[in-house]
Amino acid sequence: MEYVLIIISAIFVNNVILAKFLGVCPFFGVSKKVETALGMGGAVVFVMTIATIVTYLIQKYILDKFGIQYMQTITFILIIASLVQLVEIILKKMSPSLYQALGIFLPLITTNCAVLGVAILAVSTDGFGLMESTVYAIASAIGFGLALTIFAGIREQLDMMDVPEGMKGVPIAFVTAGILALAFMGFSGIA
Amino acid sequence: MSKVNIFTRGFFKENAVFVMLLGLCPALGTTTSAINGLAMGLATTFVLIMSNIVVSLIKSQIPDKVRIPAYIVVIASFVTVVELTMKAYLPELFAVLGLFIPLIVVNCLILGRAEAFASKNNVFDSILDGLGMGLGFAMALTILGAVREVLGSGSIFDIPLYEGDGALVFVLAPGAFIALGYLIAILNKLTKKTA
Repeated sequence: MEYVLIIISAIFVNNVILAKFLGVCPFFGVSKKVETALGMGGAVVFVMTIATIVTYLIQKYILDKFGIQYMQTITFILIIASLVQLVEIILKKMSPSLYQALGIFLPLITTNCAVLGVAILAVSTDGFGLMESTVYAIASAIGFGLALTIFAGIREQLDMMDVPEGMKGVPIAFVTAGILALAFMGFSGIA
Repeated sequence: MSKVNIFTRGFFKENAVFVMLLGLCPALGTTTSAINGLAMGLATTFVLIMSNIVVSLIKSQIPDKVRIPAYIVVIASFVTVVELTMKAYLPELFAVLGLFIPLIVVNCLILGRAEAFASKNNVFDSILDGLGMGLGFAMALTILGAVREVLGSGSIFDIPLYEGDGALVFVLAPGAFIALGYLIAILNKLTKKTA
């Protein structure tokens, strides 16, 4: 499989949030400011890439080898949970300001279904080797960050708009996301 | 808090999807039809009740520091049970819901209830809480699925309602966001009037 195809498909055509509905909770939770959206996007790129590499190796060399594929869900979620803990400790030391900005959402990456979802998709897609899985994970995470940042930019503008009373807050955010998803559907012509 | 209150608040006052905005991924991803939404909701309800029971039973045994990983293992075990059962007896449904079955494990609703309710209350209350929250979640998914099915494919629970194709966009991704947005707006309007 060609890497370019994987990258374009994962970022635009099959965007994790807007086409696959993975990671919708942080999509609405941390998208009020562009700055936090970028931070969250960066954290997800880091966690998702490492998580996919580690889970891929575990799947191939432990779960498949001993025929215990039914342990997949439990194993993967534990790996991701410990990785998130690691990122949290590193970030606390290296960049306290970013750590403060991301606040409670960093531990929530554990329950970010995008990370587990991409890890499972990578091992279950036929023809994906370690290299393809890694590229796929990075591209998916970039797609996540991209959608999150665009959405945060729109929401910053939305704050200044005159929104009808009943649509204020969450409802208008959902409709906006729907229109954004509509725009991303235009990319499906490429693939 | 009365027993009735514990059970009923999951439906409207603290509905997972419409009010708390928890578990949005399956709520948007699996509700292409009313039946799919209902199935996903019931699978989640089962995991929620079982994990609430176990967490409530072992709450005094778990050291505070490792409680979250412990809860996750409990939840993941029940998700595996659902996954294997569904694969064996309902393979068609499993193919449709696909990835979202293992993803029940990261549904914030379940971990949220384990942390906020089951770890502080007795078993019976935890079962009630799980049942109420789970059925409220299932109800929300069924409503969303029904709305998308009516608008998108012109049928409800696979029973055709009108001729023609309907607006395909409601079955596709963008329609999910838009439909949920308007549902929440309507619900806000209704609850504000009564309050």
